[in-house]
Amino acid sequence: MLKQIEGSHAVAEAVALCRPEVICAYPISPQTHIVEGIGEMVKSGEVKNCEFINVESEFAAMSVAIGSSAAGARTYTATASQGLLFMVEAVYNASGLGLPIVMTVANRAIGAPINIWNDHSDSISQRDSGWIQLFAETNQEALDLHIQAFKLAEELSLPVMVCMDGFILTHAYERVDMPTQEQVDAFLPPYEPRQVLDPADPVSIGAMVGPEAFAEVRYLEHEKQMRALELIPKIADEFKAGFGRDSGGLVRGYRLDDAETVIVAMGSLLGTIKDTIDEMRAAGVKIGVLGVISFRPFPLAEVRAALKGAKRVVVVEKTFAVGIGGILATDIRTAMDGISILDYTVVAGLGGRPITKKSLHALFDKAVRDDLPALTFLDLDWNIVNKQLERERQKRRSGPVAENILRDVGSSHVAQHS
Amino acid sequence: MSFQPVKFYQTGTFTVGNRLLAPDQRSVQANMERTNSLNSGHRACQGCGEALGARYAIDAAMHATNNQLVAVNATGCLEVFSTPYPETSWQVPWIHSLFGNAAAVATGVSAALKVKRQKAEMGDVRVVAQGGDGGTTDIGFGCLSGMFERNDDVLYICYDNGGYMNTGIQRSSATPPAARTATTMPVGPEPGNPFGQGKFVPAIAMAHEIPYVATATVADLRDLEHKVRKAMTFRGARYIHILVPCPLGWGTASHDTLKMSRLAKETGLFPVFEAERGELTHSTKIRRLLPVEEYLRPQKRFAHLFGKSPAIDTIARLQAIADKNIRKYDLLDKEAN
Repeated sequence: MLKQIEGSHAVAEAVALCRPEVICAYPISPQTHIVEGIGEMVKSGEVKNCEFINVESEFAAMSVAIGSSAAGARTYTATASQGLLFMVEAVYNASGLGLPIVMTVANRAIGAPINIWNDHSDSISQRDSGWIQLFAETNQEALDLHIQAFKLAEELSLPVMVCMDGFILTHAYERVDMPTQEQVDAFLPPYEPRQVLDPADPVSIGAMVGPEAFAEVRYLEHEKQMRALELIPKIADEFKAGFGRDSGGLVRGYRLDDAETVIVAMGSLLGTIKDTIDEMRAAGVKIGVLGVISFRPFPLAEVRAALKGAKRVVVVEKTFAVGIGGILATDIRTAMDGISILDYTVVAGLGGRPITKKSLHALFDKAVRDDLPALTFLDLDWNIVNKQLERERQKRRSGPVAENILRDVGSSHVAQHS
Repeated sequence: MSFQPVKFYQTGTFTVGNRLLAPDQRSVQANMERTNSLNSGHRACQGCGEALGARYAIDAAMHATNNQLVAVNATGCLEVFSTPYPETSWQVPWIHSLFGNAAAVATGVSAALKVKRQKAEMGDVRVVAQGGDGGTTDIGFGCLSGMFERNDDVLYICYDNGGYMNTGIQRSSATPPAARTATTMPVGPEPGNPFGQGKFVPAIAMAHEIPYVATATVADLRDLEHKVRKAMTFRGARYIHILVPCPLGWGTASHDTLKMSRLAKETGLFPVFEAERGELTHSTKIRRLLPVEEYLRPQKRFAHLFGKSPAIDTIARLQAIADKNIRKYDLLDKEAN
């Protein structure tokens, strides 16, 4: 059914259609509307046989999820930013124990400085946590990926993060095609756990493991993610058969045929990039874009195949590894190992800074001319940066950086809600 | 009174032989069908109070639930000594996740089991969470308080040995004042753990007004079992705090574990009581009141109090704590003492 609804509500309804049994969450912007939506559906009885638990922290949220998943319940939670970091110990534990929890990450920047707006620093910080990470481009895809995520997680016995851009997707009202309960039931069978806390067949879960077996347990986590590389496209195909649309998969190319310049990005940014590319194509520039949907596992072969004919690749990412540069770009370089392609890393949209078509157009024009440095911070205000650097040179007690800069930009306005 | 200890009058002890009792009054440990939930072969130290407490408590909980029980464990000695891979001593469905999240994991298990029960996929299965004092009073305290205030259907049992024994005897918020630990050495002007710090979590549990709070020691099997069984008659959050001597951390003889437990209670340093919805309902009386020295002297962690010049002031401050407990929890049986 077509609906004009907020991204968060679309996800809430999709999760509800997956017949979740335990949902736990702690409020953090911009994830709140998702769990509010589901919470109301559970409380009203619209979602039956489901427990909704208001926990006291994200650490508890993931811990409750661990307990309920281990007891055989289909389990969902959602978080963002500081919340994801606060639950990190349990995030690693969930994947280490092989519990198929599905979690939405409404992608948001990490402080300090505190910032509630979108970038990808939060989920990407959990790159190595053992969770599968899928990035949605649109609200429709966010909705669809949740339905696919439960299937993927439960088939592999591995947790899945569905990452959707905070505010840009979570708070945007868009048209989505909401599937019916029958469609979802036909696609997603009831959860059959591989391990469960059951008095009829008592097992111990979470035993102490020494050097004699630890590496094997960890390797099997990797092996499962390698299997996910096959399973993710298969599930996307099944999804298309049942729901009639393309959603998910490992990567998605746009106008890549004969492209000499390939842009690589993740999430909602792909929409703006596609518009920019359309304009440049119209002007005769051979340019295309590759969207990475599955960040973990990382589809090396598919990325390599998509980039093979290109002369240059520009990776635009909404986070970066302080002290080196690109994170997605490093993975892209691994995929291009042995192929000679120029590569550029662009860090953009940090802390919610708008990534405009105008900036992208200028950026890609430069890239096409190979006039880009290896690492670019898109739309960085050098005046402000240099002013602060000068201040630090002049004065030992130069004061807190963020507050100095806020004064410099002529605004001491701090976001009211965080 | 909810529970009448049985006196074995010939010897004046409470440790009555089961043969003299009606079958329903016999202890779970003396029951032929006890589950040995924490089975033999684990790797606890000789005289470990926690191993004893866990076995008593979980067997009693199994008995009370007709073996329909799931146990959740915090990281710590109990988790480590019971499950070196690929062996496990647990005869119950058991999960260990992290150090600080046992209460929250138990909430999750409890929620899942409730849904399974609603869907008629499972019968009535109950949940026990357990951890040491570090995992309960320090790192797990946030999750514990959250579980309490939501009144989740979980019995949480804390095995309190007064420190981080698994990592080499460091101070926790349950370490008693003056005690020597690896991080509160008996040096400087105030040797050992400082006075005026620490917390008594049973009182904090009571402040949450949860259905049931109790304390117990491993010295009184019947009392401990009674409290576990009683806890299982309530729905909602329940808390039992069991004092479990640690021969390694306390510097006591392995064969003195029960004696030390008894002395903690008989001096008033560890009050044994029950509370329902925030109100004290029963105190286990001290049978023969003893000065705190009796409890402190056998423990090497308090050895610095009893050197050539005994730390009389410090011992007096510890005695004052015991005296306050006696007043506060009404521990003195006026007739007996």
